[in-house]
Amino acid sequence: MNWTAVASIYRFEMARFFRTLMQSFLSPVLSTSLYFVVFGAAIGSRIDQVEGIAYGAFIVPGLIMLSVMTQSISNASFGIYFPKFIGTVYELLSAPVSFLEIVLGYVGAAATKALFIGLVILGTASLFVDLSIAHPGAMVLFLLLTCLSFALLGFIIGIWAKNFEQLQLVPLLIVTPLVFLGGSFYSISMLPPIWQKITLFNPVVYLISGFRWSFFGTSDVPVVTSLLAIGGFTCLCLAVIWWIFKTGWRIRS
Amino acid sequence: MSAILSIRDLRKSYEGGFEALKGASLDIEEGEILALLGPNGAGKTTLISTVCGITTPTSGSVTVGGHDISQDFRAARRLIGLVPQEINLEPFETVWNSVRFSRGLFGKPRNDALLEEILKKLSLWDKRKSQIKELSGGMKRRVLIAKALSHEPRILFLDEPTAGVDVELRKDMWEVVRELKADGVTIILTTHYIEEAEAIADRVGVITKGQILLVEDKATLMAQMGQKQLEVQLSAPITAIPEALSSYGLELSADGAALIYTYDTRAERTGITSLLNEVASAGLVLADVVTRQSSLEDIFVGLVAGEQS
Ligand SMILES: Nc1ncnc2c1ncn2[C@@H]1O[C@H](COP(=O)(O)OP(=O)(O)OP(=O)(O)O)[C@@H](O)[C@H]1O
Ligand SMILES: [Mg+2]
Repeated sequence: MNWTAVASIYRFEMARFFRTLMQSFLSPVLSTSLYFVVFGAAIGSRIDQVEGIAYGAFIVPGLIMLSVMTQSISNASFGIYFPKFIGTVYELLSAPVSFLEIVLGYVGAAATKALFIGLVILGTASLFVDLSIAHPGAMVLFLLLTCLSFALLGFIIGIWAKNFEQLQLVPLLIVTPLVFLGGSFYSISMLPPIWQKITLFNPVVYLISGFRWSFFGTSDVPVVTSLLAIGGFTCLCLAVIWWIFKTGWRIRS
Repeated sequence: MSAILSIRDLRKSYEGGFEALKGASLDIEEGEILALLGPNGAGKTTLISTVCGITTPTSGSVTVGGHDISQDFRAARRLIGLVPQEINLEPFETVWNSVRFSRGLFGKPRNDALLEEILKKLSLWDKRKSQIKELSGGMKRRVLIAKALSHEPRILFLDEPTAGVDVELRKDMWEVVRELKADGVTIILTTHYIEEAEAIADRVGVITKGQILLVEDKATLMAQMGQKQLEVQLSAPITAIPEALSSYGLELSADGAALIYTYDTRAERTGITSLLNEVASAGLVLADVVTRQSSLEDIFVGLVAGEQS
């Protein structure tokens, strides 16, 4: 393993993040505050509790997941798309590095940024509502796995994309709807029975449910199912990436 | 001497089916400077990209320092530095961080003293804290060179390093190349400036349409260029060269109206004066005198034109 290379890629990518640290920090703080004003105050005054949890607190895990997923994808996809776009990818391709090292560097950096933003949101939320975390270990595990697997997905999108429009397409058309419909702001049990069934095809449901369990000890689906779902998703992304580098798809002519 | 880079029957077809390399073979000796000349689209960049791992060959083999570029890619690539033709740089990063990144990417431990030395040699030290987008085109090209040198390659590819670089800077770059050669680095450069090949190369290769036409010692080529021809045009054609002029190795033109004398400009005596005297005493009347000299460019243009017809 060329660990020096992994560290170099990681550091180079993080530098991009630190150049805009203020932006990276302020925007999640602002958007979280807005969510609390709108959902917490306006809706929360009508919906008092969900499954015995104050509505304001109930939406926190969903809010964190929403940001972490979109941030992981956009950071990782941009991270690898940008070198392709400006041509600096030549250096990666001609360096003595394997696909694993490239992925570790880019995905690691993207996941770190998403994790940072997730923690900022958690911090901001705790200013608005009373939060207690029932299973802190599981919470961290779910958060890390989500950052990692969605950064892997973002990496694939970045390699697949041929222009900036495509880069936005998957997050916009697929991920955001899945996250909003995945029980970020409500419990699955609040839906009509038929929609409860349909919702189970949405993979994001399992992540949010598991993550929420780590906070409040209650979940829509069994926790083990959630873990299996996210584990399987991570493996799938890894397999696709392995194939991409084996064939040189869209990176090596 | 043994070849540090060995290219065997390399073929490359791009996705559309276009064959950019049609069985190129080339051996490059350790420590030499090879200039690769060829018209636009000849396949120079494709050849370099394939050796460096940016494009995958369709067939053929390449070994670098004895390491196969696909089976043993790490060992092979560690030896190679590449300065690409296009200026590809991360615009928002500083010069220093970009160069440091390159070194790390090649697995080399941090060495700030070395990077400082490289940046100073390329007159970039004052700009180390500038973002790349604030640099001029010539400076950016030097950043590319600094990045390639940062990981101490044994073989350096320079793909048109002096395109768009002013005369002063071009001379500086030649100096850098010569210093690298003195350190034992093998250098392969492509260029459209023949005088550049003349100035720094040990050998010259010519490539057109994906094939290598010739690889020759520059000295041999220069010797051909050192040859000059004097054409003595006569007022009346003759059928044979007079006996008195036999020692000059003259040729008679097809129509018999001119004598052609080939001589070496670098020789102490060219023999022109005595030749002209003897031509006059042989009773021949001169109509005109013309001289011609072939340059590397003539040889190059002749080769390429010959291939295309
Ligand atoms: N990615 C690609 N896909 C398809 N064809 C390509 C690709 N890259 C290069 N070619 C073609 O391959 C041929 C050789 O290109 P190459 O860039 O190697 O030429 P070159 O000798 O470097 O030319 P120049 O002096 O202009 O830099 C050209 O006809 C070019 O159009
Ligand atoms: Mg080229």
